[in-house]
Amino acid sequence: MTGALPPAIRPFVQFAAVLREHRFAVSPDQTIDFIEGVGLLGPRSIEDVRSAARALFAIPPEREAEFDALFRAIFFGQTIAAPAPSEDDDEGETEAHEPGGEIEIEAEEDEEEAGAEATVVERLSHREIVGAEDEALARFARLAPERLPRRRSYRRARARKGDQPDIRRAIRAAARRDGEIMVLPRRRRKERQRRIVLLIDVSASMKAETDAALRFAHALAQAADRVEIFTLGTRLTRITPALAPAGREQALARAASLIADIDGGTRIGDALQAFLAVPRYAGFARGAAVIVLSDGLERGDPAEMVDAVRRLSRAAWTLDWLTPLKADADFAPRTGALSAILPYLDQLGAGGRVEAVADHVLNIARAS
Amino acid sequence: MPVRPVISGVGSPDALGQALAGAQYLASEPLATAAYLALALGKPLLLEGAPGVGKTEAAVALGAVLSRRIVRLQCYEGIDAAAALYEWNYPRQMLAIRQAGEGHLNLYADEFLLERPLLEALRAPDDCLLLIDEIDRSDHEFEAFLLEFLSDFQISIPETGTIRAARAPVVVLTSNRTRDLHEALRRRCVYHWIDYPDPALEAEIVMARASTVARSTADAVVASVNLLRAEPLAKPPGVAETIEWAEAATLLNSQGAAWPAAFRRAIGVALKDQDDLTYMAQRFDAVLPGEAA
Repeated sequence: MTGALPPAIRPFVQFAAVLREHRFAVSPDQTIDFIEGVGLLGPRSIEDVRSAARALFAIPPEREAEFDALFRAIFFGQTIAAPAPSEDDDEGETEAHEPGGEIEIEAEEDEEEAGAEATVVERLSHREIVGAEDEALARFARLAPERLPRRRSYRRARARKGDQPDIRRAIRAAARRDGEIMVLPRRRRKERQRRIVLLIDVSASMKAETDAALRFAHALAQAADRVEIFTLGTRLTRITPALAPAGREQALARAASLIADIDGGTRIGDALQAFLAVPRYAGFARGAAVIVLSDGLERGDPAEMVDAVRRLSRAAWTLDWLTPLKADADFAPRTGALSAILPYLDQLGAGGRVEAVADHVLNIARAS
Repeated sequence: MPVRPVISGVGSPDALGQALAGAQYLASEPLATAAYLALALGKPLLLEGAPGVGKTEAAVALGAVLSRRIVRLQCYEGIDAAAALYEWNYPRQMLAIRQAGEGHLNLYADEFLLERPLLEALRAPDDCLLLIDEIDRSDHEFEAFLLEFLSDFQISIPETGTIRAARAPVVVLTSNRTRDLHEALRRRCVYHWIDYPDPALEAEIVMARASTVARSTADAVVASVNLLRAEPLAKPPGVAETIEWAEAATLLNSQGAAWPAAFRRAIGVALKDQDDLTYMAQRFDAVLPGEAA
């Protein structure tokens, strides 16, 4: 495949292939630009090649460590100076990194115990699905399109009873009729689904409800256009992309493999603070319907949690907290943290059972 | 893809970095490299980073170096093609129809066309720099539309036909990363993540931008701003805030306030969020700059 290339640029093409193998989205024209860019810089140092690669392959900042490790693996010890054409460059150095060859990545990644992971996957995929729950999820999928909360878009579309005249259409019609306007078409602002942010507590105290919550999360991810789903445990994990596949088994297995802290301790405050500290995540919550599925049993400092909830409620359009404990008739928030956040919540509802959560989400738009 | 004739006087990333410094923008080396590659390969430059690290400033400085005027398109949620491309000037069309009476009238002549930034950039690709600001705030639909625009640099106006740029204009996009941009869009661009500058560079920036500030003051302010950024604040101070804080404190000091007090009184230009101020209130002494001569 790479045999027909001039030996001087072979390592660059291989580098692109290796990047692709490691799940970096790299397109052929980016590779061409990369080689061109290196030529342009007339590289004086390996650092130039590195910055060219970083800029032209559009490496996101959070994967820089991984990228650097790959870069070192490919280019370490290789001179970039073009060798004379007569020289044969096929020494072991490049051969060692043929696509398919394993490269040790020394980037710091979160180590996950494969054993624990496997059991979680098993638990989520091989279990008896309760009929009532499936029914509730099916009903949710059916009703979601019209019942999920909506907001007005800035765009206007043609409407029979709009609030503004559609001048453009009117002019076009008038141009066809010698400048006479017979009817005035109207426009109205369209509506679109408001973003929903679902935060799921996956700590040990929520163990019984975690599976159901994740199944609901998958149904929600399928039904809603704009949704973001995170799990809160000892740390924060974004599982939105994992829940994208329509097949539930596959999606839940993918989600489970991401969640390293399932059934761990509870540090909701920390996890929420982490959520707010990432501008992109905090941006998700702005103007969104935020739903937290948690019992609010905080092991860490409740002040952290209260502060995070206060900030979250200010950014969000609504903030609802669904706790499984509320299923008891005589439930009143007794834990310090839960009663302290009460003023900032729009609703404290019953969570735990999929039916209850699904109903709640379908009724957000009506409650507000 | 043909490589552009490299811009006059800017033959290498270092030269570009120096030219930017001449325009009062101190660029880090990777940024200068990315910008140089974008110009040389004729690709858009995509700058991402936290609010206040100087993304828009970089674009403005680049415009100054290339002596091009900046055509700015500020994105917002719900921005549509009409706001970005062109609109017809309806009132004038109405009047023209009335006045023309029986005569012939081209309702879609250029005089009725209101240029919006993208069209303006297409029509004058050689003497403007198109800045598409905060693209992450726009919707996915607009992003898809922009993707098309950035790959062909042409616009179809149904009533008149297609307008195509003779050359690809210089385009800079900025994003605060409140959401992820589409992969396809990132692939079209040369990408650079701007981080907060390291302390030495930031002190240089403060000195370059605020002529009244003494070196020692700049160093002190930068040190405490870096401490502030390590705190979990809603709005960490950006580079602009650093400069303003240094300026404000210098001003208060020249009016007779002692140093630490001057810094403390000027904190309102560095922290602009009530919660942040109350949060930091008990811990000020830990982050406040000490004596600055």
